[in-house]
Amino acid sequence: MAYSDKVIDHYNNPRNVGKLDKDDKTVGTGVVGAPECGDVMKLQIKVNDAGVIEDAKFKTFGCGSAIASSSLATEWVKGKTVDEALGIKNTDIVQELSLPPVKIHCSVLAEDAIRAALTDYRSKQAPTDAETPETAKTL
Amino acid sequence: MSKVIYLDYNATTPMDPRVLDAMLPYMGAKFGNAASRSHSYGWEAEEAVELARQQVADLIGASPKEIVFTSGATESDNIAVKGAVEMLAHKGRHVITVKTEHKAILDTCKYLETKGLADVTYLDPDRDGLVTVEQIAAAIRDDTILITVMYGNNEIGTLQPITEIGALARERGIWFHTDATQGVGKVPFDVNAMNVDIASLSGHKIYGPKGVGVLYVRRRNPRVRLAPVIHGGGHERGMRSGTLNVPGIVGIGEAARLCQAELTRDAAHTRALRDRFEKTLLEALDHTELNGHQVKRLPNTTNLSFTCVEGESLIMGIPDVAVSSGSACTSASLEPSYVLRALGVGDELAHSSIRFSFGRFSTEEDVDIATESLIGTVNRLREMSPLYEMVLEGIDLSTIDWSSGQEH
Repeated sequence: MAYSDKVIDHYNNPRNVGKLDKDDKTVGTGVVGAPECGDVMKLQIKVNDAGVIEDAKFKTFGCGSAIASSSLATEWVKGKTVDEALGIKNTDIVQELSLPPVKIHCSVLAEDAIRAALTDYRSKQAPTDAETPETAKTL
Repeated sequence: MSKVIYLDYNATTPMDPRVLDAMLPYMGAKFGNAASRSHSYGWEAEEAVELARQQVADLIGASPKEIVFTSGATESDNIAVKGAVEMLAHKGRHVITVKTEHKAILDTCKYLETKGLADVTYLDPDRDGLVTVEQIAAAIRDDTILITVMYGNNEIGTLQPITEIGALARERGIWFHTDATQGVGKVPFDVNAMNVDIASLSGHKIYGPKGVGVLYVRRRNPRVRLAPVIHGGGHERGMRSGTLNVPGIVGIGEAARLCQAELTRDAAHTRALRDRFEKTLLEALDHTELNGHQVKRLPNTTNLSFTCVEGESLIMGIPDVAVSSGSACTSASLEPSYVLRALGVGDELAHSSIRFSFGRFSTEEDVDIATESLIGTVNRLREMSPLYEMVLEGIDLSTIDWSSGQEH
């Protein structure tokens, strides 16, 4: 199978591989996929006081396209607010990496990983954010 | 681009240059139809075919009259199973096989079942891929007409106890077919010593050309007759009509001659390389498992699971080495190997498995370059594997509910 240059680049030079402290309240962790399906992605975000994602890390078990999709996802979420990050769609990843139809599930998994990390972050914020009505409303 | 190291000899072998030399005249001046009886072109072709028939027969301990040329092992398997079921329809309709057989056997069996022409028992092998004579004996019914069990498995290399299975079949008056495609040329194969009644062989797995294969059909004790799948001019004792592929047949004949002459050398050569390869990897990498039987297997084959590393991404990381993924993820399907699944290897390990197969032209340098490349890539991918992180933390991956990503 021929991979696109961008997939090969992300595979050979993955951005933001690593992990953040999952117990940190400003860190959201999302783990999606299953080993028996051949794909597991772990994506973590760290959100600063301004509500901006200042750091993101990933680890992925999966094919080259899965690795590239999650690597790209960490690149894209960085610098975005939580709400902006929710706007990232799998189709954007498909387009950016020129993924073939059989690899579209990799981009879906990356979108799921972003959402799972954001949801985890928000659930950690929920108790304290309840004090500030403005944020509490969106939860 | 530098040379890509070929470690996929079970998929296909390069032609031996001596085979090509033998074939070339038959693609040029010696173009006759082996069935032409009225001129020298035909005689010349027929003579070449009969020499090849003798060479193949010599390799497997058969008589040349028992050799039928086909287009390959898939066709041979089809004729063996369909031909036996049709020929023995008056006697019974039960076929016994194993879940790790090649698709040419399994899909043919399923076809016969859907057409209502046969009942098939698919036996489960053990964790090493072996089926026992006792399992076969227990599966035999009054209407069992055919037992088909492969010699060496293409994915894991496990060698089935075909001599014993053949003896049982002989004793019970049941025809025994073996797909010997992977075994022939790598380990000794003798149709009489191994009690084989019907056997399938392929040219391109033994350094011969693609598009030619052999069906061995026993003529005495028992006399096996198979209904044809391809009808026509009655070539090959009526079992396989169609103008003979003379260059291909000359090629498989010469390939068989070379295999017979060099089997001892080839087996020792590939075993030494395979063992060096395995030893280097298993010493350098933890959490790496061998699939298939460690001893009862083809000397050139190793199938390894690199835990926590997905096979396709591993192959992508070793572009200088040509291998096959144990998972079928490189195709459109996301199903892991049915062979590994039949062994009871979990899907997560099947996704992490790679088959390496060595051959006549493999070198020690190939092994050393490939192992270095593999070790580097496995380590790099494990560093970015969330599963490996969990394994190192002592988490049992099977205890995790992956639908929610939480441990339970």
